[in-house]
Amino acid sequence: MIEFLQHLGENTRTSFTKLGRGTFFLLQTLSGILSVLTRPRLLLKQMYSVGVLSFLIITISGLFVGMVLGLQGYYILSDFGAEETLGVMVAASLVRELGPVVAALLFAGRAGSALTAEIGLMKATEQLSGMEMMAVDPIKRIITPRFLAGFLSMPLLAALFSAVGIIGGQMVGSGLLGVDEGAYWAQMQTKLDFQDDIINGVIKSIVFGFVASWIALFEGYDAIPTSEGVSRATTRTVVNSAFSILGLDFILTALMFGDN
Amino acid sequence: MDNSVSPQSSLVSVKNLSFSRGNKKIFDDISLEFERGKITAIMGPSGTGKTTLLKLIGGQLFPEKGIINVDGNNVHRLRRSELYNLRKRMGMLFQSGALLTDMNVFDNVAFPLREHTHLPESMIRTLVLMKLQAVGLRGARKLMPNELSGGMARRIALARAIALDPMMIMYDEPFTGQDPISKGALVHLIKSLNTILGLTSIVVSHDVHETAAIADYIYVISEGKIVGQGSPKEIQQSKSDWVQQFMTGAADGPAHFHYPAKDYIDDLLSTGKRY
Amino acid sequence: MQHTRTQDTLVGLFIASGIVGLFFLAMQVSNLGSFTGHDGYTITARFENSGGLKVKSPVSSAGVKIGRVSAISFDTTTYQSVVQMNIDAQYNTLPEDTTASVFTAGLLGEQYVNLEAGGSDELLKDGGNIEITQSAIILEKAIGQFLFKSASEKK
Repeated sequence: MIEFLQHLGENTRTSFTKLGRGTFFLLQTLSGILSVLTRPRLLLKQMYSVGVLSFLIITISGLFVGMVLGLQGYYILSDFGAEETLGVMVAASLVRELGPVVAALLFAGRAGSALTAEIGLMKATEQLSGMEMMAVDPIKRIITPRFLAGFLSMPLLAALFSAVGIIGGQMVGSGLLGVDEGAYWAQMQTKLDFQDDIINGVIKSIVFGFVASWIALFEGYDAIPTSEGVSRATTRTVVNSAFSILGLDFILTALMFGDN
Repeated sequence: MDNSVSPQSSLVSVKNLSFSRGNKKIFDDISLEFERGKITAIMGPSGTGKTTLLKLIGGQLFPEKGIINVDGNNVHRLRRSELYNLRKRMGMLFQSGALLTDMNVFDNVAFPLREHTHLPESMIRTLVLMKLQAVGLRGARKLMPNELSGGMARRIALARAIALDPMMIMYDEPFTGQDPISKGALVHLIKSLNTILGLTSIVVSHDVHETAAIADYIYVISEGKIVGQGSPKEIQQSKSDWVQQFMTGAADGPAHFHYPAKDYIDDLLSTGKRY
Repeated sequence: MQHTRTQDTLVGLFIASGIVGLFFLAMQVSNLGSFTGHDGYTITARFENSGGLKVKSPVSSAGVKIGRVSAISFDTTTYQSVVQMNIDAQYNTLPEDTTASVFTAGLLGEQYVNLEAGGSDELLKDGGNIEITQSAIILEKAIGQFLFKSASEKK
């Protein structure tokens, strides 16, 4: 029993220490933003590997999620004779929830794990240490551009996911199931609010992008520099990002859509 | 080179250094001097913290006790920007080479120049080609690090380490895992760079012959203590059993072949235990 | 340097498509395209009961949406519901004796304000009041009245 408590205490302490290290790491990363902005080429290169390379998985998944929503929504709504509101259902679920959340989960799986592995391997092969000995701060040179790229790409990817999904829902809804196309768009436009729905969705995805990039980069930077350590860190990135994204989604939803 | 004019003869001096990792003492109150323009070697078995010593000198790790002076600066008292300025004058060759994997050979060697200078690209090209020529790999400038053999990667890393014309270079196990030809090439390079550029070199190694061939002075470290020091000749003639074992590579001696265990016969006869 | 040029182009395309996505969401999916917030004038109507009317509920006339509810408050002296509406600037010819009623779009639909134009020559101005109003029909009340009425008719 005492051993169990000791173990528990030890674990709690370790996770607090890690949180502290992570926060310090984040501050160092943020402090490098100005110097990155003076060298846009570094940022551009990372936008490519973080954003462009996630483009395909995000748009294809978005299309399918939208199509499934169209199909499922139609069957439920037609029971109430309310097929006309299919557009509202698809768009609201995508813009408010699925767009930011699923895009962020996919981002953590595609770009986040790649970032962790990349940074972890750079650490394992002494590249980070070597950079320090060349009087180059690896956080500013390596971490900050990647962080910024992830942070900037996420809202764009989430918007793409939602937009493609809404089109997918329309394809299934009015192309396959015969919902009036005009009603699909018109109902959506009257019900969805720019401020409450679109902007809040974008805010969500910005927060998720921030957190997912932070976790991915920190896990890589904090990895034990061996092949086993890096593979564990990659797993932790995906698990921790998923937890954080879903937990934050609940908090943000409660804050944003609470009073209505 | 006018190193003889310099007021103090040692570029790096380590005084009463202690450092431990966890409960294990890696260095226990050791002092070393590294003379300007000379090649000083630190030898010892694997796991004696030779790499740690280089990281301490480079200011990446902090000692528990003791002072490390590099060119008159106490490394661990410097402010961050001062430390970075000092590091620009220190080169380090990592065991793996530590080349940046997402850049080709040319960009790797150009990296410190681009980060620290505002030289025009044409001048950077000239400088990079000069450094690559010095290590004999000017023709390999377009290769990516994963296309290089271990020996080539180390030579490229050496070209990068001398890109900013440092005052000293630290070599971390430069000969480990190399075939005889690339070992020979590295021995030749370290020696010639030292004389031509007037560098101060610190070589950490456990390759006895190669190191003895180029070093001016050797420290032998074991279990956190200096067990022998002197010129290669003095070390080879050392009366210490331990140093003799290390230099000749005998399997048993003061450093035991067997990991500590209880009596062999007793161990075999104690049945009923899993381990 | 061919490699970086392609990279630049792809990043450019990526950012552009992301912005197009955002723009699409803003204009095509949400109400931003059809509703321009402050470009209009405000009128007020007092209802005995505004039912399920909400801020941003539509205001329409003859079936055409002409504005939105901008605020709903409770008057503590008259015990009435005060509904402020923002009407699009292009519909600035509503007569002074316009009637406002709270209707429901379909049986389960949302509630909206319907404005029915009167015959007066005087026009409603910014900050004007609608005098004639008809409250929301509360379903329970209506059913209760209907039952009560039919019961009394039978006697």
